[in-house]
This record gives sequence, C-alpha cells and structure tokens, in this order.
Amino acid sequence: MAKVLMIHPDKCTGCRNCELACSFEHEGQFRPGASRVQAYTWEREGMSVPMMCQQCDDAACVTVCPTGAMHRSTTRANLVDWDESTCIRCKMCTIACPFGNARYDAASSAIFKCDTCQGAPECVAFCPNGALEFVDDEQQVRSRKKAYAAKFKEAFQEVS
Amino acid sequence: MFGWTGTILRVDLTKGEVTREATDPQLARDYLGARGLGGHIVSTEVDPTTDALGPDNKIVFAPGPLTGTFAPAAGRFNVVTKGPLNGVLAASNSGGTFGPELKYAGYDALVIEGKAAKPVYLWIRDHEVEIRDAAAVWGHNTPDTTDLVRAETDEDAKVSCIGPAGEHLSLISNIMNEMHRAAGRTGVGAVMGAKNLKAVAVFGSGPVKVADPEGFKAAVMKARQMIQAHPVGGTGLKAYGTDVLVNILNQTGALPTRNYQDGYFPTADKTGGESLAAKQLVRPKGCFSCIISCGRVSKVDNPAYAGYGEGPEYESAWSFGADCGIDDLDAITKANFLCNEYGLDTISLGSTIACAMELFERGIITTKDTDGVDLHFGNTAAMVEMVRKAGEGEGFGVKLAQGSYRLAESYGHPEFSMTVKKQEMPAYDPRGVQGIGLNYATGNRGGCHVRGYTIAIEVLQNGAVMDPHVTEGKAGLDITFQDLTAALDSSGACLFATFGIGGAELTEMLAALTGLDYTLDEFMLIGARIWNQERLWNLKAGFTKADDTLPERLLTEPIKTGPSKGEVNHLDQMLPEYYGLRGWDEDGVPTKAKLKELTL
Repeated sequence: MAKVLMIHPDKCTGCRNCELACSFEHEGQFRPGASRVQAYTWEREGMSVPMMCQQCDDAACVTVCPTGAMHRSTTRANLVDWDESTCIRCKMCTIACPFGNARYDAASSAIFKCDTCQGAPECVAFCPNGALEFVDDEQQVRSRKKAYAAKFKEAFQEVS
Repeated sequence: MFGWTGTILRVDLTKGEVTREATDPQLARDYLGARGLGGHIVSTEVDPTTDALGPDNKIVFAPGPLTGTFAPAAGRFNVVTKGPLNGVLAASNSGGTFGPELKYAGYDALVIEGKAAKPVYLWIRDHEVEIRDAAAVWGHNTPDTTDLVRAETDEDAKVSCIGPAGEHLSLISNIMNEMHRAAGRTGVGAVMGAKNLKAVAVFGSGPVKVADPEGFKAAVMKARQMIQAHPVGGTGLKAYGTDVLVNILNQTGALPTRNYQDGYFPTADKTGGESLAAKQLVRPKGCFSCIISCGRVSKVDNPAYAGYGEGPEYESAWSFGADCGIDDLDAITKANFLCNEYGLDTISLGSTIACAMELFERGIITTKDTDGVDLHFGNTAAMVEMVRKAGEGEGFGVKLAQGSYRLAESYGHPEFSMTVKKQEMPAYDPRGVQGIGLNYATGNRGGCHVRGYTIAIEVLQNGAVMDPHVTEGKAGLDITFQDLTAALDSSGACLFATFGIGGAELTEMLAALTGLDYTLDEFMLIGARIWNQERLWNLKAGFTKADDTLPERLLTEPIKTGPSKGEVNHLDQMLPEYYGLRGWDEDGVPTKAKLKELTL
C-alpha cells in the first residue's frame, strides 16, 4: 500500500528537528535553507506548522516541466521525483507549485523537493513529537476521521 | 573548521565599523564557544574595572559548536559581557532560534563594542551587515519590536532585542529572543540599552559542517534515546514544564517563602506545573533542536489577568508566587507575560518585590514610598502592579528595577535583600538543600542555580542520591556540576539535556562533529578552565573571599515550618573544602600550579 507524509500541526513544537534531519540526509550538513521541509512558527500564537511536498496526483510542477525532469515515479507509488540529469534549471516547477514546496537552491544548483528519502523519511524519524508521520494513505484519512468522530462521541456521552 | 564557522563578526557602534576575523582554532578547541569563547573575548579585551554601562564594555553573542546541529536540545547561545547588576564576567544563556541563525549567517561570535550616538539596531543577512536607525522601534515592548524589525528586514529574521526596561538601564533587564526566550540574568539588557542598541536581527543561509557525519549521527541517536527514555527529560518536562518542581521542592521543605522567611508554602500546589497544565497550558513548545519541549504556551482567561504568551517557568512561578506569599497562578503568569514584554528578569524582579514586601511589613517603607500601594505579602494585585511599574520605570518601580540589593540598601537594610554578589537567588532554599547554598555562594555570576545544579542529585536523584540536609561530599559535587555545566553551556547544549545524558555523550558528539579527539577528561578540563577564567576576572574586578557568602538569614535563621524546619545552611563546613578541591588558596585565589594545569 502506498504511504504518504502526514502532518499534525497540533503536535508540532517548532523545534525544527525535521529541517535539520532533512538537510543532513540530503546535503550532509546542517542548513535549514536546504531542507525540503520547513516548520514555520508564529510566536504570538505559539503555533508551528510543518510544510513539505504533498506528492500531488495532478502535480503542477510535473505539468509545467518542459523536459520531464519532474515526473511521477514509475517505480514508487505516491512520489513525484526529480531527475537531476535532465533538469535544465528553468525553475518553472518552483513557480507552478502553489505551496512553495519546490525550491531552487542557488548554492547547489538544484531543485529541492521532498523525495521521502526513498521511502524512509528522516524528518519523521527525527520528529520527537509525532507531528510528522509516514503512513498508509488509506489509513491516514481513516485515523483522522475517527479522531474527529471521537469528539462527537465525547460530546454525546456528556448529554446522554 | 567543522562545528565552528571559522569567523567572528565585530561591530563598533561608535565608529559604525564592521569587521571580520578568523576564529582561532586553538581557542575554539580550548573554550568551545558560547560562554567559554565569549568569556575569553570579554576577559582579554575588557578592563575588569570598566563601567559596565560605559562605551568600553563589550557585549558578545555567541553560539556553541553544537548549536545549529541536530544534537538534542543544543540550539543555545550566550550573551557575555561585564554584567551591570554586579560587575562580574556575566554570561546569560538563551534558547530559541537566534543562536543557530547567527551560526547559519556564518559567525561563531558577534562582538559589539562602543556606543551608538542614537538608537540603532543591527541587521545581519549572511555577509551583509547594516547598522540601522532604530527611531521607529525604540520605546516598544519586545513582541512589537520583533514584529517592527521583521517588517523592516525579513519576515523570517530572528530577532534578539530589549524592551523598555533595557532602554531605562534597569539593572535586572534581560534580552528577549523571538519574543519568549530570555537571556535573563545579570542585567544584560541594560548593556544593550547603554549602547543605544535596541535589537539584533539575523537571517542566515549557510551551513554548519560535520567532520564525521556517520559518527555524529550515531552519537546523536544514542543521546536522543537516552533523553527520551528519562522520566524527566523524556516525559516529565513536556507534560508539566519546569514548574513541576514547585511541589517537589515544597515537599523537600526548600521552597523559599515570603522573601526566604520560610522554606515551605502550604498552598504552593496551586502554582505548580500540574495546576498550570490543567488551567493554562495551550501546548508544549520546544527551542531549536529540542526534543524535551519544556516550554509552555499558556493562556489566562481570568479577565483581571488575561493574556496569552509563554510561561511561567518554575523560577518565575516561585518568585511571583511563594516568595511573594501568592498562590494565584493567573496573577503569576500575568506577571511573567509582562516581564517578557518589558524585558525584565523574572527571578530578580519577583525576589525584589518580595524584598519590598518584607520592608513594608516591617514598617521600613510605607505607602508613601510605594505610590500608595499596600505591599503586604499575598497582595496579588499589588504584585502585578509592581511589575508594571518596574517595566514602565514609574514611581517606586524605578527602585524595583535596580534589584533588591540596591532597594534594601537605599533604606539602610541590605540584610533583607536575598542576593549573592547582588544578584537575587532563585527558588531553592539553601537551608533545605545544603549543596545548592555552596553553589550560590561560589557562583561566578552571583546567586544562580544553573551554574551548578546540585538539585539534580540532592533532590531529584538523577543518577545518584545525596541527602540534601548533609554537607559531606557537597564541595566535590558542586565542583563537578560547575565544571560540567561550564563546558556544556559552552558547547551550545541545554542544561536539561543532562536529564538523560552526561559529559560522556556530549564529548562523543563534539568529537564526531569537530573531528577533534576530545575526551571526557578534556571536556571537564575545559569546564574548569572556563570556571577559573571567570573567577580570575571577578577577582580583578574587585571581588574577594568575603563575597563568597550567603545572606545572613540563611546562615542563622532556621526554616520555621515544613519538612526542613529548624535547618540553616552550613556554608562554613563546605567552603574551605571547596577552595582546596578547586586548587585555590585559602583566600579563594587560584594557585599558580592550578592555572598552569588549566593553561590559563
């Protein structure tokens, strides 16, 4: 079954271990600017939200790519992959992605987007709070739906 | 270099000059960074007798080698300067994300010297550094300053700034980072204020490089697992924050109450971490690279004290709570929010208000002195009003903002100031816990718990157990903790990482990160070197053996109630042994042999 990265902003503490793990895995150094995931914090509200590529089924980055460098993986489900050798660095993908999840890094002349670390995402391994999960796509919706249903259950328990 | 960036940034505010120099690899090895390296810069470049608020003082912002990596809970930096509260070689430690960002911008340290002719802030974007006019932000509180500076620079800039208290040169003013994390102690905010420096904003896009990536990752994974498996580091602090200590210390009989007149507060539970979690906690928060998440995003609904922010830590819950005879957590949290906004040290201000309350109850001051406010212990509204006055620099608040020593002395009664070397002691009564008393007395920045947190052994039984009421073995315990902490602070790690790991794990991470063959022995030697560096500076600044003491009350007035009833602190039984084990003479001066051993 295909797995997807799922984010839980309610559990995120803003520690950015995900960014550190990502940049270390991909670049061998600690450079949050090179991370494919970013956890943004709003200090006044005390809220943090991790953001990363959603591996869209109908991906704008794939559609606009003139060379096919950005493509749906044929070997792994649920992955939009980037091919360094055929990419001409036109940066159309970074313009097309509505989430800002594909980015051009001038220092390494590369497109940075989440590749799920080939199926074993380091951000998930390093998140100390369970704010990032790599789960079956069918299960993630089921779990979230059931968690929300539990709130109804509690509300009705109180009045019944 | 690996671990270090290899560059130190220097800004002269008088001349408006920006220069860069290479980080000396030997100094980096011997002093690590943060408190150690920053301390070396200040101790070699600033005259110990200079005016802390004059242009000749310097202020250093320095992360450590581990800062900016995924070493667990190691995103910290230190502000190092001659401290205006008491004149020591002051190092004030903060979490948040400012330290890592400075590192990503390419700097092992930022050294600020001189004094700007008018209010300015510093904007650092990698190699681009600008001294900018701060007319539009001067006068604003710390959250507003952060937003205003970001609007003028970059929305993702990390901002370290002072509030109105630092501008007014309050000797207990702090430096706030990303709104909620403080370089809290020793009055460092006033040094920025005196230099007309409102804020430092930084955005960095560079790397921290690793010598042995595989070895470093393995050492980090091991350290993470040890912290996560620890009952305090792994679960306790995230669930209840540091405020979980209220009940633990009260049950030990070491929760200082009503300006240290007692060591037990019957209704303390109402101010503890369990109550905070039930009433005010929105969610836990973590600093950069933290896996512990002791931070509290908290909310007060009570209209009298409504607010939203972060806090309180244990020390703040105590200083505005038991120490003022107050058990209203809403008021305590409000006082904490106000301190963060004004840029004031919560420990020092709470203790100063407690001191004022005792002066009031003894009739030494009256409502004529306090702008008409009834300052009896337990007067919740009066406590919050005093915080506001201190922050605004208004009326009696002007005196409060100079700390309890100057307040009590101005009325002829310095004995009611609960300070060591003029800095307010925190929330552990040395009569109920002997070793922490020795740590306060010998503390290089005055009354402070995080220089040698013997509470970990004496109360929390973290790895070892020692009876808090005995003096035997406490001199050695203090020295081990002081040296370990000096090295840990200088590495960029958080003290709370020791709820899970120790010097061995820190050494392992440092060695793999830097590629240097650090051993645990060298790590502890670095700690001793830093401790003695601070001691030597303080002696040159005029401190003597006579300053290594505690307020008379703690040595002669027994605790009145609770589990430690009848106890006083027996400093005289511990101090000579401490000097001996330190390799100092009987006047507390490091011997030549000791200095040679430490290459000082």
